[in-house]
Parts: sequence; structure tokens; C-alpha cells
Amino acid sequence: MFLREGEERIPSGCAISGIFSKSGEAIGGETIIHSISTMHERSNGLGGGFAGYGIYPQYKELYAFHVFYEHPAAKSACEEFIERHFDVVNLSKIPTRKHPAITDEPMIWRYFVSPLPTRLQDSQLDEREFVARCVNRVNHTMKGAYIFSSGKNMGVFKGVGYPEDIGEFYRLEEYAGYCWTAHGRYPTNTPGWWGGAHPFALLDYSVVHNGEISSYDANRRTIEMYGYKCTLQTDTEVITYIIDYLVRRQGLTLEEAAKVMAASFWQTISHKTPEQQQEETYLRCTYGSLLINGPFSILLGFEGGMMALQDRLKLRSMVVAEKGERVYAASEECAIRAIEPQLDRLYAPKGGEPVIVRLNAGAEKEAGTACR
Amino acid sequence: MQIDAAGKSFLQLNEEICACLKEQITITGCNGQRYIGDGLDKKKISVYGTAGNALGAYLCGGEIEVFGNAQDAVGDTMDSGRIVVHGRAGDAVGYAMRGGSIFIQGDIGYRAGIHMKQYQQKQPVLVAGGCAGSFLGEYQAGGTIVILNLKEETAAVGNFCAAGIHGGRIFLRQKEPPADLPQQVVARRAEGEDRQVLLPLMEEFERYFGRLKAPVDPGDFWVLTPNTKNPYRKLYTSNGG
Repeated sequence: MFLREGEERIPSGCAISGIFSKSGEAIGGETIIHSISTMHERSNGLGGGFAGYGIYPQYKELYAFHVFYEHPAAKSACEEFIERHFDVVNLSKIPTRKHPAITDEPMIWRYFVSPLPTRLQDSQLDEREFVARCVNRVNHTMKGAYIFSSGKNMGVFKGVGYPEDIGEFYRLEEYAGYCWTAHGRYPTNTPGWWGGAHPFALLDYSVVHNGEISSYDANRRTIEMYGYKCTLQTDTEVITYIIDYLVRRQGLTLEEAAKVMAASFWQTISHKTPEQQQEETYLRCTYGSLLINGPFSILLGFEGGMMALQDRLKLRSMVVAEKGERVYAASEECAIRAIEPQLDRLYAPKGGEPVIVRLNAGAEKEAGTACR
Repeated sequence: MQIDAAGKSFLQLNEEICACLKEQITITGCNGQRYIGDGLDKKKISVYGTAGNALGAYLCGGEIEVFGNAQDAVGDTMDSGRIVVHGRAGDAVGYAMRGGSIFIQGDIGYRAGIHMKQYQQKQPVLVAGGCAGSFLGEYQAGGTIVILNLKEETAAVGNFCAAGIHGGRIFLRQKEPPADLPQQVVARRAEGEDRQVLLPLMEEFERYFGRLKAPVDPGDFWVLTPNTKNPYRKLYTSNGG
């Protein structure tokens, strides 16, 4: 019998791809499926997933919970918990289609919710912290229930299978958004649990990751001191929590967070300008245990933006390309050319050099109203 | 013989290449198919589009010309022959190559020419018209790497260039030598004998990619070679001297 995600550690090599429209143009889900499918050989059918941003404009003020249930009792318990803490504006099964390659799917439900004002007030927490804690509570205490997506106007769609099959299963062509990220997983040994697929998400942060970090335990021990619980034993989970901690809770910019996670070597820092030395030394000293070591290339999705980042030694491949108002990032160039053969620019960012794209001023509104 | 790669898996495409008896093969519509021309001996392959990973690995006398970019690991462990890319190439170009030549028109990624080696008549050559990423020529044991830096960036190469080099040479076209060169590397300006190496390679580069916009003076290059005075003394163990 397979052990579950979290009961053993699973190294993996993978494929990632992302598309971002700076003008907030709505890009259909079929586009990202086409992109990730060109890197079929980088996955082995044991995990695929997508994150879409700007996909729920009609509910953009509400948190969208996507939940896996393994049995009806888990659903009752979780729904009872959600109703005690949130006002549920809409709930439904997430629409899927039967796919020959996708089997043993859990029950997959979606809830559009807002925190109950009294509960939120009693908790003395800010709203996002309240939501994050509720999500953590369900995921760590309710057996058989797993909230795998919890942001506003965004959603994660993932499961066990090749990413292109997972995309068809979730009918992604029926969604459109200003940003998509995708992941094809290649674990060498897997319990085949849907929750273990990428993207991994908390609030509006979602991470897809290609690599195998060697600092996992050091990072996990550190982040658990700040109240996070790493239950999946996956790199991606710990990276997501590190970003949430540094950016949301510590108030660092993404650029600063990148300098923590993919800090330059001391030797490299010593050749920089005095101002840069001071900044990077401060960040390395203050957040030393959040340095992520070993190979990784990630795409971080967040409300209104996307960041691509690689480890400081660039032990995984990634290319970034631009065409008009669109920005692309992928493990291989072919994943970009497949959806945009003619590019204005294509380049390989350096190790540790974040590439951050955001919606143009005024594009947020358009992104929020784009709908199919 | 022309093969349209559009929509084909790497397996199907490579089976068609192997089954082809013609000496000259043109592949159109290529987008990321891996392993093209691996171990190729006599044929000449022209590729239009983006060539996938491990293009021309173990190349054994064949010729490959790409009209587009190449992804990672071009010419991995190649033995002989030639690869020409009219575009950029990804990471680990010429990894452990032991003969033949690679000419890339634009930039090359990280770890190019790692552990290149040479023996008697086997003298591998890697030439890039753009810049190179970090770890260029790490553990290089032989052969020649030339970074032309035609866009004249301040730095033609990233960090940790030539770390652990113990044979061969790297020509870098930039104003100053890299700031982080290890003590085991000697950097000097290209001169007399170096011109005899550089000039034919630059002429060959022009043959593939057209005349350079401005003349390149061999004197603009820095030459990096291993410090032959027992360079790794006391690096791992105290070994006298």
C-alpha cells in the first residue's frame, strides 16, 4: 500500500509554464493546457495542475475555496466548519468531465465565502490571517477534507494525471483569466494523492515548482516556528509558506523575498556596491534559515502579478519571453513557442534574479470584469 | 529529404531521422523535440524552429545546423562533427565535449563547456557570439572556449568562470577580467600566438553568421588558463611544493 503524501518524502523533477497579460486581457484555459502539454516528457502522469487568476470576476470580493473530500462524512464536517466561520454565498461541485486517463478522483467542491463579521471580530485577526488559519485548521485536523485553493478571484485545479488531461478534466477552456500557471509533475515515487499535486496555494499565493530543494528540513523547522504546519513534506508547500511569511507577514517586497530565498553567495556579495552589500547582508543575516538551497525554479502567482525565480546556482532551466503586453515563463522554450511562435524577446534570467510582472495601472478593473 | 516535425513526438521524429537513408535531412516545424542527431555520424541535419534538449549529444562526425534557438545540453559529450545554431542556446552547451566544434550565434546559458577535454588531435571548440552564464568552463580540462560578446556588455560571462579549470583555455572579450576569478586561474591579454587561434575561429563564425558589424580585435580578449604551478596545492590536501 502506498503511503500518503506527508508520510514519505517525494523527490521530483517537473515542468512549469506561466502566461501573464499585463493589460488584463482574459486568456482562455485551453492556452495554458496547450503550452504545458509540449513538455509531456517532463512529467510522468502522477501530478498536474493549474492556477488561474481573474477567473471569478462575478465573485471577486469573495474567497473561493476549492476542496477535495474523500468521503461524505468529511464533507459534512468541513461544511459545518465553513458555515460556522463564513458566510457561504455560493456552493457547487466543480464542473468536471469524464476523462479516460483520470480516475479515482475525490469529490471536488467549490465555495464562495466571506468571513462572518462576528467571528472575524472575535478572533482579533486581520481578515487574511483569519482565512489562512481556518484553511490550515481544516487541512490539519479534518481527515479526508483538504482545501487546496483559498484566494479571491483565483483558483487552483489539480490532480493525479498528466497536466493536459487534468486540464481537460476540469474543463479549463470554460475559464479565462489574466494569468495562468501550470505544472507537470515527475515524482519518482508517489502515493498518488490529489492534494500533493501542484500548484500549492494559500490565500492568493500559488506556487508551481520544478526542482528538489536540499534545505527542506531547515526551512520547515524555521517556518513551523511561525505557526505554519508542513504536512505534505513537499518543497512546494514550504516555499509557499516562506513567501507568505516574508511578504504578507513580514512586509518584504518580492524582490527582497527573492534575495532571502535565493541569496547570493557571500563571495558574490563581496563584489557588489556598498549599498547592495548592506541590504543583502542584512537579509541573509535576518532570514538565514529561509535561504532555499538546492535546485528550484518556481512561478509564484499572486493577486495582480506573477514572479519567476530560480535558485542562485540556476540548477533548473527556465526561459522568459515577451510579446506585446504578454509575458511568458517556462521550463523550456518550446512551451512558449507553442502558444506564441513570434516573440518580441526571449531570454534566460540569471540564477536568483526574480522576474516580476504586474497588471498595468488601470488593468485591474478590466481583469476583474473579464468573463466568458 | 524533408521531415515536418510539427505535432510529432521526439520518438517519432527521431525514428524518421534514423530511417532516412539520405545524407542531407531538413527538419521543419521543430518545437522542442529532444535528442535530434544524437550520436549522428555521417548525415547533415538542418533544423528549422526550436531544437529540443540534448541536440547532437554524442555527436560523432555529423553536422547539425539550427535556424532558430536550441534548448539545453547542446552537444553533450560530443566526440566530433559540428553544430551551428543561428540563435541562442540554453544551459550546459558542450558539456564534457571531447572533440568537434559548436558555434552559437547569440547567448549561451549557465555551465557551458563544463569539463571539456582534449587529447592529441581531438581539440573541441565552443564559440558564442553573445555572452555566457555562470560557471563557464568549470572544471575545464581541455579545448577552447571563445565568448565574442558582440553586444559589448560590461561582463561577457556570469560568476564563477573557470572555477576548477585545469586544462584548455577561455577567451573572453571584455574590458576587465572577471572580478571573482579563483587563484588557480591566470588571466592575460590575448597576444601573438593567441591571434593564430582566434582569427580562424572568428572567420569561421563569419562564414556561418555573416560578416561582423564591426571588426573585432583579437587584442580585446582576455585569455584564461589554469595556473600551471601546481594550481590546486593545498586546495584539498597538503600536497607539498
